[in-house]
Amino acid sequence: MALRTEVVSRVAVGLLVCAGGLLPRGAAAAPGAAGPDIRVIAGQLAEPATQATAIAALGGLTDPAVEPLLRALKDGALYRWNTGVAVLGDDGALRDLAGRPVLDSRGQAVVPREGQEAVALEEASFGRVQAILERLQVFTGDPEARRSAAFKLGSLRDVTAVPVLAKALEQERDARTRTVLEEALAKLRLLAPVAATRADAARALGRLRSESALAELRTVLEREADPTTRQSVQAAVQSIDSFVFHRSVVGYLFNGVSLGAVLLIMSLGLAVTFGLMGIINMAHGEMLMIGSYTAWVVQELFATHFVAHLDYYFVIALPLSFLTAGLVGLALELGIIRFLYGRPLETLIVTWGIGMIFSQSARLYFGDQTSVNPPTWFRGGVEVLRGLIFPWSRIFIVVLALGALAALYLLLRYTYAGLRVQAVMQNRSMAACLGISTRRIDALTFALGTGLAGIGGCALALIGTVDPEVGKTYIVDAFMVVVLGGVGKLVGAVVASLGIGLANKLLEPAIGGTAGAIYAKVAVLAIVIWFLQWKPTGLFPSRGRAATEAAEAG
Amino acid sequence: MTAGVRTRDAQLLWVAAGGAVFVVILPLANLAGFVSDYYLNLFGKYLALAVLALGMDLIWGYMGVLSLGQAIFFGIGAYSIGMHMLLEGSGKGVYGEPVPDFMVWNQVYQLPLFWKPYKFAPVALAAAVLLPAALAALIGLLTFRRRLRGTYFAILTQAIAFAVWLMFNRNEMRLGGTNGLTDFKSILGFSLSAPATLRGLYLITALALAAALVLARWLVRSKTGLVLQAIRDNERRLEFLGYDTSGYKIFVFAISGALAGLAGMLYAPQVGIITPSQIGVLPSLEIVIWVAFGGRGTLWGALLGAVSINWLRSVLTGTYPRLWPIILGGLFVTVIMLFPEGLLGIGSRLQAVLARRVPLARAAAPAAQAYPPSDKI
Repeated sequence: MALRTEVVSRVAVGLLVCAGGLLPRGAAAAPGAAGPDIRVIAGQLAEPATQATAIAALGGLTDPAVEPLLRALKDGALYRWNTGVAVLGDDGALRDLAGRPVLDSRGQAVVPREGQEAVALEEASFGRVQAILERLQVFTGDPEARRSAAFKLGSLRDVTAVPVLAKALEQERDARTRTVLEEALAKLRLLAPVAATRADAARALGRLRSESALAELRTVLEREADPTTRQSVQAAVQSIDSFVFHRSVVGYLFNGVSLGAVLLIMSLGLAVTFGLMGIINMAHGEMLMIGSYTAWVVQELFATHFVAHLDYYFVIALPLSFLTAGLVGLALELGIIRFLYGRPLETLIVTWGIGMIFSQSARLYFGDQTSVNPPTWFRGGVEVLRGLIFPWSRIFIVVLALGALAALYLLLRYTYAGLRVQAVMQNRSMAACLGISTRRIDALTFALGTGLAGIGGCALALIGTVDPEVGKTYIVDAFMVVVLGGVGKLVGAVVASLGIGLANKLLEPAIGGTAGAIYAKVAVLAIVIWFLQWKPTGLFPSRGRAATEAAEAG
Repeated sequence: MTAGVRTRDAQLLWVAAGGAVFVVILPLANLAGFVSDYYLNLFGKYLALAVLALGMDLIWGYMGVLSLGQAIFFGIGAYSIGMHMLLEGSGKGVYGEPVPDFMVWNQVYQLPLFWKPYKFAPVALAAAVLLPAALAALIGLLTFRRRLRGTYFAILTQAIAFAVWLMFNRNEMRLGGTNGLTDFKSILGFSLSAPATLRGLYLITALALAAALVLARWLVRSKTGLVLQAIRDNERRLEFLGYDTSGYKIFVFAISGALAGLAGMLYAPQVGIITPSQIGVLPSLEIVIWVAFGGRGTLWGALLGAVSINWLRSVLTGTYPRLWPIILGGLFVTVIMLFPEGLLGIGSRLQAVLARRVPLARAAAPAAQAYPPSDKI
């Protein structure tokens, strides 16, 4: 392999600068290993009389060594030189086919003479040369390019490409590329005249679960006469169909879990402010917005001051969005909300007003829409099944939601501060008698709840745009989560957010149509209301007098 | 008791004076050319919204139930009359098709089934009032009977308002999508471009408002009215005394729904457009603010609040459109926090100051006590 690479790159370096950067690095073949001598081909190509025949003969060629030659021909960089041909490089110097500079008698690099014309490519052959070059892409160094070339050949229905693909498959080491090559090959073999070959191809496609071959298989099935082949084609169609169905179910489930995670992050904060404290904070969505804008501002700061470490902005933005939203929440509690304790409906109205002020101020200051570029680590995703990718950013949100949940649980359950929070929420006067400063606990608990919303905002900025309406989009759903889950229990928020997320994303395709998402939302709401008929206090109601009062207050 | 009678008389005097201004003097001034058609139309719009506020005052001000879905009922009323007006003008549109123009844009040439009854004016008028009332009764049945109350009720109605808003925004609903219904030509055969028609609509609106006010006053002064206030102040105790509180709540909620539908029915022809932006959570909350601004639990305050805030909106959205949401949000905060009794509260505060010649600060004290923080409102 090392030898091959070295040899080829020596050829390539000189020859292919003219190819405008489409340099095939490390193409996997040795020159002259098979097929006719490249010099002979070059000679034929250079003569107008033999050019068309030579190109036609190259059609079934499986040797990538001629690629630079053809490319130069196509780009008009091929020159006749003495007895052979030479290629014009970007530096204006001529090189021979082995890539050595062509030198004159004094040892100087030669340049094409004034008025010397490049070898002309016949208009009629241009398309053919292009097609051959595309075929040879299956031998390039970049696996991604090899895969896309192979896929393209598979869909072109040109059976003359079969030997090229077979040769490429023989040489291929990369597993994913092998799959694509096999698929392309099978798709072309499906057009073969021999019934057994067609049956083999169909079986291969079924085994590969090739979704792109589905339409082709169906047309083959219509006109197929041979019974055994019919059978295998039928089996292949069935196996691909069921694969596609299962894959879409997995996809919907993941979307549901991912939406559930977003709702969970949103409603964890609400579980604290509404669930524990009984404060209806309609500005909760705007706290999320503050988190999003914090992420954006940090990103902008990094973009102007620390461009080299741009990706690390997210590491700073995540805790900072917690702090910013938490501080804003603290200010809100101290300035406004503490005067409204025990008056939930009025809290609702006032906090809605605060939310309007925040979101319109954000619109005036930041403009209608800004967006955060996720760090490069979050680009791409995991290919779980063929053609189904879970994006890293969504996976990160699921992990973050679980992390936030665990942190909140541990904080409330096992730390001194958390125990004091619980004490105050369960029996305020008793806690006060024991020397806990209930006012301070109130303020800090509220700040914790809004801070969690800030984290959610920072995470949401990864998967959507940052706009002043982001809070309004999720606030209704988040409150539904808390009401459905039951006030005061974290497990309720988890089950309800997952349930609402899954129900939304599974009903969406089930209803179908352009308005599927809307009707799914309406249906979920109807289900929640129906469910509350049956269990008015939610899935996991907390027991005791305080909880009843919280549910019925107003 | 004499003091009570005296204040009641004073209130009646105010109502009569206000009624005279809006029902008699304003249209006459318009006829004589002192008030332009534009302003008469604008006031017609405010009075229609005052009907809406009246319904909100009944359930929130008197009964203590915060519904964030009032704008749905308003929307149903407005869409009902709007559908009728469009059908009245159908065939006269740009395309000459027997369906409203917006359907032609969506490649619909056959009138959807649920539109057909709206061809008949009595059906449309009845639907505008009865459909919202029925929907309110259904929502009430599903929630109040199950003791979903207080904040839960507010959150649920909010979610319903959100869902309905989402649906009305879709073209598939065949209700004009985000553009809503507009381009009304005539109502019951009267051209909407004639000033006389608008004057008539104004007069009908003012009379409807007066009738709604009389009905609401009668309701809150009856025994039922006392029960409503008892529900607001301590629903549990009332239940223990053997009252079926949910029945009362459903009844009053349905009435407020009907009033909202009536308001929508009066609003749409005068304004000439109804869009989903008038349905949904924010418009519903705005109604609450009108009532709170005027003074909740007074009826008269609801009218005052609806007219004054909408007038303020007309003025301010013209000059500072981008600041209006901030101003409105600020109103939400300041009215609830600083003036829990609204404009009327300020009035009575001033009255106390003038009558008893006590310092302003001391006169303010009892007013602030009217809503002690521990009281669950």
